[in-house]
Amino acid sequence: MVEFLLFLVPASLVLIGALIVIFAQNPVHNAMGLVLTLISLAIIYITLNATFVAMVQMLVYAGAVMTLFLFVIMMIGVDKKEQSKESIKGQTLLVSGVLLVLISLLIYVAINSNFTWDLWFEAVQFDIEGTPQLIAGTLFTAWILPFEIISILLIVATTAAIALAYDTKKRKQHV
Amino acid sequence: MSNELILALIKSSIVLGVLLTNTIFLIWFERKLVAGMQSRVGPDRAGPFGLLQTVADAIKLLLKEQILPFKADRAMYLLAPIISLVPSFLIFMVIPLGPKINFLFNSTQFELELVGADLNVGVLYFLALSSIAVYSVVLAGWSSGSKYPLLGGVRASAQMISYEAAMGLSLVPVILYSGSLSLVDIVQSQSGNLSSAIPFLNNIVSFIPKWNIFPQFVAFVIFFIAAVAEVNRAPFDLVEAEQELVGGFHTEYSGFRFAMFFLAEYINMFNMCAITATFFLGGWLGPTFENILPPFISAIMPIIWLGIKTFLLLFIFVWIRATLPRLRYDQLMELGWKRLIPASLVWLILSAIVLGLREFGLPWR
Repeated sequence: MVEFLLFLVPASLVLIGALIVIFAQNPVHNAMGLVLTLISLAIIYITLNATFVAMVQMLVYAGAVMTLFLFVIMMIGVDKKEQSKESIKGQTLLVSGVLLVLISLLIYVAINSNFTWDLWFEAVQFDIEGTPQLIAGTLFTAWILPFEIISILLIVATTAAIALAYDTKKRKQHV
Repeated sequence: MSNELILALIKSSIVLGVLLTNTIFLIWFERKLVAGMQSRVGPDRAGPFGLLQTVADAIKLLLKEQILPFKADRAMYLLAPIISLVPSFLIFMVIPLGPKINFLFNSTQFELELVGADLNVGVLYFLALSSIAVYSVVLAGWSSGSKYPLLGGVRASAQMISYEAAMGLSLVPVILYSGSLSLVDIVQSQSGNLSSAIPFLNNIVSFIPKWNIFPQFVAFVIFFIAAVAEVNRAPFDLVEAEQELVGGFHTEYSGFRFAMFFLAEYINMFNMCAITATFFLGGWLGPTFENILPPFISAIMPIIWLGIKTFLLLFIFVWIRATLPRLRYDQLMELGWKRLIPASLVWLILSAIVLGLREFGLPWR
């Protein structure tokens, strides 16, 4: 019963948040709906004993990425109803197509597993103390090369963004 | 109800009660201290030494009318104070208050850890929740529908995001040093005294407790500066720079919603000091005097030690507030991005090199 409740409450919050993202008229409300979804998802990760993943989810997605989203929405000033019009042609059609594929996949998985799945993992089953060590161990031994390549990629992207935004001519005039 | 659930409920209500009463005392403490430093008397009318002044203020705020600004975004305006208060309570749950204690409850032997939850990712939990707290400031500023709160909110969130980076980076060497992400283990790793391989030095340092502040002093300084900025206290209180921004992000809030922001600020300050004590000053570690004191008092000695350390840091917080002028906004950003973050990165690399040498020896041998 407790296990079921621990799944039901965050899962319904995930859905409510997702519905807010889709149906709310104000972009700030949309963003906060996404924050609700991300945080509730983190709670589900905790019930599945993936505490490290849950904390990273909170720290990176709910904490950093969404704050920047909110910042941009507030700064650019698109927090008006009429500005949230569809800008890409065929957007709705494309998204509904992808969604249909995803839903059919979900139904296929559900039927395949005869509608039985674990909502909850016992702490004994997986060594809960091991999650950060486990992830770090795999990441820094077997996957060290891809890990480093991704970090270089991120630095290149940041540097490129600075190079694009930094107006050298304007700077020289000031000096 | 199972015994664990009852215990969890008791723990939560103790945390709630302690934090609320503590805040009342903390506000009085700060006002008295600042008054003393500025040669004033401070609150002295309500109750002995003015102790009840905060209670009177709280009651006044509770009874005041709640004003909803005309242009406010209703849902977000009501949500913001709640978002500011909840993480501040949740952060306190991972601060270890003492070692494990054994006791009898409902005729069952219990081994209780004096900590809300011993998470194996406690440090990340703390950082995650303090990044969630940024939302309250952003939303309060935006939803008020007025320009001063908006500017205050934008400033505050920019400040909190930049100093969060420095704070997280300054904690990494401490985690490396302690070898754990759990706050309970970080406290445990600081027990005992310092030691040195050189016999002469060993005689000198063996009296000093093995707190992280000694090997990690630079990290401590960076963390403390970032902590002051993170909770938006003077000299980093640009959020509510009253000469420029009226009251900052909570200008339009009144009555109990304002009190919630105020409460969250003080609880955050207390949490920050308790966390600093946990990371750098050995947390609850300290002599318990088991031979001299009766067993009950020596059992709560760890809590008293943590309290003493926390209030020492709170004193420094208030001292800084009373003596230093506020930074200008560009100075604040420069200090964060151009001084603190590079300094913490350099310190991280240095600590990693020292730890690596200690673990694996010199690379050419």
